[in-house]
Amino acid sequence: MDLTELAGCVTSLSCVVTQVAAGLTIGMLLFLVASGLTLIFGVLGIVNFAHGSLYMMGAYFALAAYTATGSFALAVLAGTLGAALMGLFFERFLLSRIYGQDVLMQLLVCYAVILILDDAVKIIWGADFMSMGVPEIFRHPPLIIGGGIVPYFYAILFGITALIAIVLAWGMGRTRFGRIVRAAAINPGMVGALGINTTVVYAAVFAIGAGLAGAAGALSAPIRSVVPGAGVSILIESFIVTVIGGMGSIGGALAASLILGFTRSFGSIGFPLFVEGAMFLIMALVLILRPSGLGGKRGS
Amino acid sequence: MSSRKQDGIGRRAVLGGAGAVALTGFPNIGFTQPRQPIKVGVPTILSGRVAQLGISSRNAMQIEVDRFNSAGGLDGRPIELIVRDSRGTPAEAARLAREMISSEGCEFLLDAEPSSGGFAIHEVVRETGTVTMHVNAETSSLTADPRQRFWNAFRVARQGIHDSIAGGEYAAKVAKERNLRRWMTISPDYAYGRDTTAEFVEYLKHFHSEVQIVGETWPRLFQPDYTENITRLSQGRAQAIYSCLWAGDLVTFVEQASIFGLFANTAFFAVNMADYTTLQQIRNLPRGVHSGNRYLRNFPNVPGNMQFAAEYNRRFNTFPTNWSWQSATAVSLLTRALKEVGGTDPRAVAGKLRGMVMDSPFGADGKVTMRAEDQTLVGYAIGWGQTISADPYVENMQPSDWATIFRLEAEWKRGKGWG
Repeated sequence: MDLTELAGCVTSLSCVVTQVAAGLTIGMLLFLVASGLTLIFGVLGIVNFAHGSLYMMGAYFALAAYTATGSFALAVLAGTLGAALMGLFFERFLLSRIYGQDVLMQLLVCYAVILILDDAVKIIWGADFMSMGVPEIFRHPPLIIGGGIVPYFYAILFGITALIAIVLAWGMGRTRFGRIVRAAAINPGMVGALGINTTVVYAAVFAIGAGLAGAAGALSAPIRSVVPGAGVSILIESFIVTVIGGMGSIGGALAASLILGFTRSFGSIGFPLFVEGAMFLIMALVLILRPSGLGGKRGS
Repeated sequence: MSSRKQDGIGRRAVLGGAGAVALTGFPNIGFTQPRQPIKVGVPTILSGRVAQLGISSRNAMQIEVDRFNSAGGLDGRPIELIVRDSRGTPAEAARLAREMISSEGCEFLLDAEPSSGGFAIHEVVRETGTVTMHVNAETSSLTADPRQRFWNAFRVARQGIHDSIAGGEYAAKVAKERNLRRWMTISPDYAYGRDTTAEFVEYLKHFHSEVQIVGETWPRLFQPDYTENITRLSQGRAQAIYSCLWAGDLVTFVEQASIFGLFANTAFFAVNMADYTTLQQIRNLPRGVHSGNRYLRNFPNVPGNMQFAAEYNRRFNTFPTNWSWQSATAVSLLTRALKEVGGTDPRAVAGKLRGMVMDSPFGADGKVTMRAEDQTLVGYAIGWGQTISADPYVENMQPSDWATIFRLEAEWKRGKGWG
């Protein structure tokens, strides 16, 4: 514990800028993954334990596209769409067959998918870690704001993830499709009775959730290792986000992701040996004080 | 009837022929049968961020084993490597080791795990009495601590304390020249990272008492994102940073730290940088990073080392790593001990290994020694230099002096009560 140093940091503009920028980037990347997870749970009632693998696949698709074209925009698009298509396939041919069955069956099917995708990646791309590297276009000296350091690429990442979050919020809150999805989450039987094909809605929601995970994988590929099994650690953090934010709540997921992002960035200054522990402690406190999570409805 | 008797093969002829075959043919058949192979278990990491190193260990072992087998093996008995993937999990490494010994009939183990798995395997073979060579575990206490020593466990890896003394001396020299007094560290949060960093700092201060450690950060092994650690380092405003991160972890850290501009005004000392797979994976290798040699084909600059790299490159289309030379050395030591013993008796093989001195292209003076007192390899080449962006990637290699290493290592052991 070095709370003196933490106190010194929060009273220093340069330190606050650096840590806030880092916390926002970490948090927003986490939000992309966790929002997909919580969206799928909220509508389909499925705990997608294979969500981390879709993040990993997004990173590999992006790396392949970047290697082939040299375009980061195409790489992100390939990662997002590739993971969305995989999610669609996964939902239609596997998960849709076990709707309504107990969570153990979901766990088994998802675990099988994790193993299959990990092995497929090893066969196609090899077991070694791979690195995309920051694209040349984003290789600029870091921005210095108030004496604090904000890497140029992190500013781009934050911009893209924030845009995706806004589009997601607008799509879920202001469009007809969003209203149908929210209705299907509450009462799928009634939605079906109104002549809306809930099978298509479920598939679309799963594809969107998978696409969000793929986008996170693609966006983080330049700064993280692309490696089989890369989705495991992000999945654990995503589950912490969904518990803190409330299962099924996009707004809660955003708040929880940012809380975890800032816990990581400021925790590395004040309590570097307890950063991981602090995240679980926050989760435990939320479970005790508000079991439905920050954005969840009571009783959910 | 009689004509049939004359034309056919009679019972006596059949018996006679069978007797002749038994006397002359069967021994020949016996000679052409391959003799029972000597099974050697190799638990290592073949998937994940360290896979490239595990694969490089296996490749180097295979080169040496093929050489041994093609030269006739041990009186016709070839070595068969049984290689299994622990996926970097110590518990899985221990389980694999136990299975190799009890179910797969392995007579020896070449433990190609890093320290995390190496300690787990160490406890397994303490119990089973299998002659084991720890090929990649660098944590000093594995062989330096007398409580960890037993007759059948050997280390053929470079050792943290040796690297730390060499690194401390080199870094202190640079620190004095450039007046680098404020230091920070970033190393993986497990036995190897903690021990090696503490030892480096101890010797940095030993050689340059004005150095201050103003902060440290400990990412976990295989952490996907180092942002929080990098911001911690940048807030510390250190003049120099030391790290014993390795392989994919080091690559990810360097890539992320570069976009923060961390190396623009801060000297970086990374003991594990100078390994081809690491150097080649970093897209924009910062110039001037100080690194200890892991494996470089031109250090030591001797024909045997060049040939080893060329042969490895010819077969696997890539260059060896630190784990490769260690693995090749382990097989060379084991096969030599087997030949000298003329069998696989574990006590006899261990006895031959203890104190063995062998010509080696990886030796500081052309030889390496399996030091008898703690059954660990000494005399291998150690040096530090600075990175450049293209082949040979490291220049101005400065070899370390083993006399200094031995002297300070002995003092360090006495200080720990291990002398």
